[in-house]
Amino acid sequence: MNRFDWLSEYLARLEDEHVVVPSGNTQSLAPAHLLIIDPEDWAKVAVVAKQMGLRWAAIWGDEQDHDIVLTVVLVYQGDYIALRTAMTGDHPVIASHTPVYAAADRMERHLADMLGVQFDGHPDPRRWTRHRAWEADEYPLRAHFPAAGQGNGLTPADSDYPFPPIQGSGVYEIPVGPVHAGIIEPGHFRFQAAGEPILRLEERLGYVHKGIEKRAIGRDAEGLARLAARISGDSTVAHSWAACQALERACHVKIPAKASLIRGLLCERERVANHLGDIGAICNDVGFAFAQMQCQALREQWLRHSLTLTGHRLMMDVVLPGGVRVDIDQAGRELLRAEHVWLREQIGPLFDILNDHPSLEDRLLSSGYLSPASAAELGVSGYVGKASGQAVDLRKDSPYAPYSRLSFSVALSEAGDVAARMAIRQQEIYSSLELMNEMLDILENTAESEPTQVKLAPILGAEGLGLIDGWRGEIISHVRLDDKGRIAHFFARDPSWFSWPALERIVLGNIVPDFPVCNKSVNASYSGQDL
Amino acid sequence: MLRILKRIYHSGLLTENEPDYLQDPEVQALGSELKTVVDAHFNGSLAIRAVDAGSCNACELEIHAINGPHYDIERFGVHFVASPRHADVLLVTGPVSRHMETAVRRTWRAMAAPRFVIACGDCACNGGEFGSSYASCGAVENVIPVDLQIAGCPPSPVQLMRGILALMQKAKKI
Repeated sequence: MNRFDWLSEYLARLEDEHVVVPSGNTQSLAPAHLLIIDPEDWAKVAVVAKQMGLRWAAIWGDEQDHDIVLTVVLVYQGDYIALRTAMTGDHPVIASHTPVYAAADRMERHLADMLGVQFDGHPDPRRWTRHRAWEADEYPLRAHFPAAGQGNGLTPADSDYPFPPIQGSGVYEIPVGPVHAGIIEPGHFRFQAAGEPILRLEERLGYVHKGIEKRAIGRDAEGLARLAARISGDSTVAHSWAACQALERACHVKIPAKASLIRGLLCERERVANHLGDIGAICNDVGFAFAQMQCQALREQWLRHSLTLTGHRLMMDVVLPGGVRVDIDQAGRELLRAEHVWLREQIGPLFDILNDHPSLEDRLLSSGYLSPASAAELGVSGYVGKASGQAVDLRKDSPYAPYSRLSFSVALSEAGDVAARMAIRQQEIYSSLELMNEMLDILENTAESEPTQVKLAPILGAEGLGLIDGWRGEIISHVRLDDKGRIAHFFARDPSWFSWPALERIVLGNIVPDFPVCNKSVNASYSGQDL
Repeated sequence: MLRILKRIYHSGLLTENEPDYLQDPEVQALGSELKTVVDAHFNGSLAIRAVDAGSCNACELEIHAINGPHYDIERFGVHFVASPRHADVLLVTGPVSRHMETAVRRTWRAMAAPRFVIACGDCACNGGEFGSSYASCGAVENVIPVDLQIAGCPPSPVQLMRGILALMQKAKKI
């Protein structure tokens, strides 16, 4: 089947529902196809998409000349379509996609808080991103809302958030956070339990909301890359890449093959570093400190090599608009090849121990189960999705340079438990090592003189879409430029938007003391979700 | 079990001696003084409570690293605790998001005197890339008093350890 062959059927089915798509194009958000939808038809396009099995991936909104423009991204077989509609900004009301797609829940609530869009039929009218830093009738992403804020008094705690009550004999609540006991990000978890098993978990996030979308407005390309690098520090390469890819597509710039190879190498290095850290931390959360120490030691060596190669242990600000800041020369390539051999030698016997250790099996197998049906419903990608039968991997489904010329297999399992999420991470480390070696082979035959960065000339008013497979999964970035070539709109959809709701289902029926290991096996980003 | 013991034996001791990672002679001097100061002024153990007030989580990754086998800050008597009630030092990362403003104040108030605050990372020192806005209070010192700043985005494990040592020097004079 060719790319977008299915689209004609989608459009035909829409026509059966009397939905006319007045216009659209394949250029402005390439590789996605953009379809303009009448606001009246907003619910129907989702219903038909759901019937055809499209995955709901993102929504963002933007104020343009007093109009509110909404864009939803849907995916089918690795092909992306963007549905767009516009309404007058005075009192924007539109049908909610949440009754059809559970995945839309929090992102629609985010837009309601940030842009004042009322989503009709949304099953949960409570605020999400807004706590008490601004009032309910103020919307930070509106053009007239000052970025500096209005009145800078003390922001009180969001103590009256209406958590649904629970009643019953022996039923109790455990409120946790925002300040957690470990060295982790802040967020609130409200557990409702009877005895040890968890009956219900509700997450309350938004604590690290620092206005990234508003902060991006008016920046130049370099400024946006710096901000994107700090959306979620553990995904700094992937988010920088997604933002830069969006910028480069907006500006119709093709980066040198060498630059995309280096980006690929860095992105796989980031995947390996994080997976190593997570595997150790998962084992540590069930009291197996040996694995934690071993994995931390490997991770530390890995980060030191990143420092040697890029000048930064986490490789921050190395991916820049138009390319990359560093070249990887002969010495660097040799260092990497030796390092890949070394890591393979190290993890083989270590993973053998982890995968054949009864006390670990006892805690990890069957804990924190996410069914393939739930994973599909919530649109989860990355290792959480792959452990629950969702073979979503942009490197394969919607390949971009350098992955379009590389071959590898996507790790997949239906088991859905903590052990499966750890196993996927192990397999992904092996597959990243192979991918990186392939990239080094190609890099070997690339001229030393080839540049690593090209200049970006902004195209006024243009927009672009970034689609990158980060270590957590699919990242979608959208950039629109204003009439001076500065950033007019930026939205980055971290995979955590979907893995957080998955965690609420994962913990059901598990005992409260197993929450840390369930949480670690998901390891969603607070900062990436809160923006 | 034998495999685990074999692996531990072959991994050996990874914790590095001071001269390996603290090459700066000034820091070396601080390093050797650290334990003395911790012993004398904190009865042998310095307890740190880390609070993320809005960071991008990069600082957290590096704070984790100083507890790892290569740096092992615990050997100097410095350890991380789960409650501000047990803490001598509050290590704050990130710009303070407005949504965390009250939580950070309350955490600080929950600490017993004498208490110290370290602003960890560029965002905590000056707001960094996020600055002050409708959503961010900017630097930690805009919210609670700060005794020491550790610059870096994120600070490396060595910079973090230097910072904690420097705070000890300061605390000694109090």
